[in-house]
Amino acid sequence: MKSLLETYSRKLAERGLAEMPEIHFAALEAEIVWNRTDPDLELEKVFGGMSVSTLLSARPAEPYRTLLASLIRSQPHPLKARDTETRTFLHDLPVSFSGDAETLLSFLRRRKGVIAPGPRLITTGTVTPEQAYIVFSSMIHATFVLYCLDYLDRCRSATVTPEEIVEFKSIMDRLPPPPEPGLPLARGPLAGEEKILAAVAEAGARTVAAGLVDSYFGNVSYHKQGTIYISQTGSSLEDLPGCIDACPMDQSSCAGITASSELSAHRRIYTETDMDAVLHGHPRFAVILSLDCPERADCPDAHRCHTHCRRERTVAGVPIVCGEVGTGPYGLDRTMPPAVAREGAAIVYGHGVFTAGRRDFNEPFQRLLAVENACRREFMERVTSALKG
Amino acid sequence: MKGWLGKILTVNLDTRETGVITPDIHTYSRFIGGRGMAGFLLAPEITRHWRDPDLPLIFMTGPLVDTLAPTPGRMTIMSRSPLTGTICDASVGGGFGVQLKRAGWDGILITGRSPGLCGIDIHNREIRIVGAAEVAGRSPGEVHRHLGNQGSVATIGRAAERGVRFAGIVVDGHYFAGRGGLGLVMSSRNLKFIRVRGDGHTPVDDSRELKAARSDILRLSAASPVLQGDLGIRTFGTAALFDLMHQRRMMPTANFRHTRFTAASEMNAPALHKRYHPESHGCAGCHIRCKKRDSRGRGLPEFETLSHFSALLENRDMETVMEANHICGESGMDTIEAAATLACHFELLGRSPGTDEIPELLRSMADGSRPDLGGGARRLALAAGRPEAAMTVKGQSLPAYDPRGAYGMALAYAVSTRGGCHLRAYPISHEILRKPVATDRFSFSGKARMIKIAEDQHAAVDSLTACKFIFFAASLEEYARALTAVTGQETSAQDLQAAGERIVASERQMNRANGFTDDDDDLPMRFFTEPGSSGGGVSIPPLDRGAFLAARAIYYRIRDGRESESSGDDS
Repeated sequence: MKSLLETYSRKLAERGLAEMPEIHFAALEAEIVWNRTDPDLELEKVFGGMSVSTLLSARPAEPYRTLLASLIRSQPHPLKARDTETRTFLHDLPVSFSGDAETLLSFLRRRKGVIAPGPRLITTGTVTPEQAYIVFSSMIHATFVLYCLDYLDRCRSATVTPEEIVEFKSIMDRLPPPPEPGLPLARGPLAGEEKILAAVAEAGARTVAAGLVDSYFGNVSYHKQGTIYISQTGSSLEDLPGCIDACPMDQSSCAGITASSELSAHRRIYTETDMDAVLHGHPRFAVILSLDCPERADCPDAHRCHTHCRRERTVAGVPIVCGEVGTGPYGLDRTMPPAVAREGAAIVYGHGVFTAGRRDFNEPFQRLLAVENACRREFMERVTSALKG
Repeated sequence: MKGWLGKILTVNLDTRETGVITPDIHTYSRFIGGRGMAGFLLAPEITRHWRDPDLPLIFMTGPLVDTLAPTPGRMTIMSRSPLTGTICDASVGGGFGVQLKRAGWDGILITGRSPGLCGIDIHNREIRIVGAAEVAGRSPGEVHRHLGNQGSVATIGRAAERGVRFAGIVVDGHYFAGRGGLGLVMSSRNLKFIRVRGDGHTPVDDSRELKAARSDILRLSAASPVLQGDLGIRTFGTAALFDLMHQRRMMPTANFRHTRFTAASEMNAPALHKRYHPESHGCAGCHIRCKKRDSRGRGLPEFETLSHFSALLENRDMETVMEANHICGESGMDTIEAAATLACHFELLGRSPGTDEIPELLRSMADGSRPDLGGGARRLALAAGRPEAAMTVKGQSLPAYDPRGAYGMALAYAVSTRGGCHLRAYPISHEILRKPVATDRFSFSGKARMIKIAEDQHAAVDSLTACKFIFFAASLEEYARALTAVTGQETSAQDLQAAGERIVASERQMNRANGFTDDDDDLPMRFFTEPGSSGGGVSIPPLDRGAFLAARAIYYRIRDGRESESSGDDS
């Protein structure tokens, strides 16, 4: 268990989510094990007050720490974010103004994570440290999206202060630079299962490395001769070997029941187009712009944009569609594939970007990257424009 | 009181008297409903023999039944098992729970023994004990039709009347309260059926908040490939798991002597669908509708049934599986125990069954002409002087997940309070289905605590009487919101988890009171001495006995705060 704690602590640091000295990561089986030699004794009390296996407490790295502090000051509590991760899995983001175990417990008994003084994020899991890691990174994603949207709104309403403008600039300056295209991915057509699996794994890893998705969200697939090779549900896109399901297009086997929740959407793309590869990431600026609709204030469906929006919107030439994760009555498997068939790419409201291409992953990867970089520029332009009034 | 109705009907079949138990809100909060409340009512009488008329047979709904909460149509039936001697509970679907709540009752507690075969007919507050001689030996479907298909009916079949120790209770002709022989307990009271019709409704504290909670749960359900994906349970029923178990080389084959069945890919769920073109149905109010039936009204086999009537018996004929499933359904026999008993039987004979032998033997089992088979696998193997041929835990046969392919499952089987059961902790969720996250299926590391937490969670789920399948997607966090909205009692996920811990502790105490010890928390030795079917880059070695015992010892420290009382040497 100790090695798992070290693995996920390292991941937090490598992904720029937290700095190693700030990470307190513990797991409990018969005894509590920490990732470090100076355990947080107050946090140990949390284990006594609830039934979990793992607990993570860390101050986020910059710029997330600053934007989190800003949100705590400016937003009502709990924080209500509109991105898919929050809507589907987190529900809301509670804030505690006390770091004592009893107060923290009062939040953690109800939610998978809490924003604590520091600010720190404290998250839990009932199975493995991976759960606490995923909740932590989802909270970072959600708060980043919320902060950017809130800032843009307040620029437009001219309620942003000079200090906040400076703070925003410092936050943006500390973000990693826009990702570069880098070396080409494996060239297609991909012949043979081994090459396909390697190409799927490579595409997943490069998508994570480029910051276009947090490692546990998104999905990747390749279609060859009636079989879809697709990343498994909940798999880490940066570590896909052994986590790719081969699913027959004719649905003659259910072995792909562990495949990504978007399998049916991928299948529909392959059925309706001559595409060979599909890539799905959650790049943050594309998510932000999908949520930034100027007509929302007057829209009768404003409370259900994610399922009912019928407006034809585009960002960077890419259509924005509504749709929820999976295959429900408002599933994105109904809305996204036609858009991808038309344009080769689609942004799902509050969720992420799907891109498709022929022969190999070069086209979808480059498109995903280009969409996100264009969205980043567009967001900054909207901020500048709003500040100018 | 909201959600709960505060009234449990008591029926004494000796005296024909009825009464009402009115638990206080504190008791409901502590034990929730379903399995928890039934266990609470059963505990004082648990040392009674299963034939003792004073041992209660309990039907118990939960606070979410008959509300907008997703999967609101289930209930628990509970007593002591004639098969194992442990506690015996079963979560069952259909419409009985909903009708019972609408009739104004949270549950029914039955004691006494009727002088002749009888039924209980409940219409709101009107309770009648009626003669049932005319439906003696009839199938559950026939009983339902005899009663005019009105209301919801829980009934036993012929197997219970003929003394089969794993006879269950069937609700509405299709929904089975199986495993440890609740049907035989019901039969021992001379009770053939209970019919219930209700015209009321279950009050809810905050309908708007309940709708919001429902929306959260349905969103998660839609995002779950296992539940609502094209290859998932909604499309193919639980048989959707069949290919995965085959691919992971953990499909119990030839009475667990192997873990791979070469004909599996020809007998999977898509093949069943192609051949039988089933339609879907489901429990009252459920959006998943996982049950499937063919044009003749025959149920398609659940995963366990499909696997055990094919791989476990080395049967390659799909129609034989359908027929076996139908015989068990019509006679009211647990399919897992029935198939496992036949597998044990043929291991004792030293050969595989012929295709025609399977239905023939099942009919003999059900009509009482083969009482050796009707006693289950353990009794059969013991009588033959070869107890090692019974693949059981605490006398109950193991389901269709070979423990050599999932070590959390191995531990969960061993410590289950109702004997060999996959549903108490269902570690397949993370060891195979990757939910909520994937774990290493070939390691015991961390599994003791995972199993303990999952057991508590599932006890809470069974007490809410929600469907376990929905928890492939949702968690107690979302259901706590639903429960709070229904009852008006502020409840957190951890409150439910704590209730689950209380419920499991009570069950373990009941088993201890009946003489079960740590020595009973064990697996058949085959799993520690014989490998599974390795290949395709996957190695299935025997379980490491030392690692298993170490994990079990950690489980006791976490669960009971004590050291193991068994070295494991005597097994």
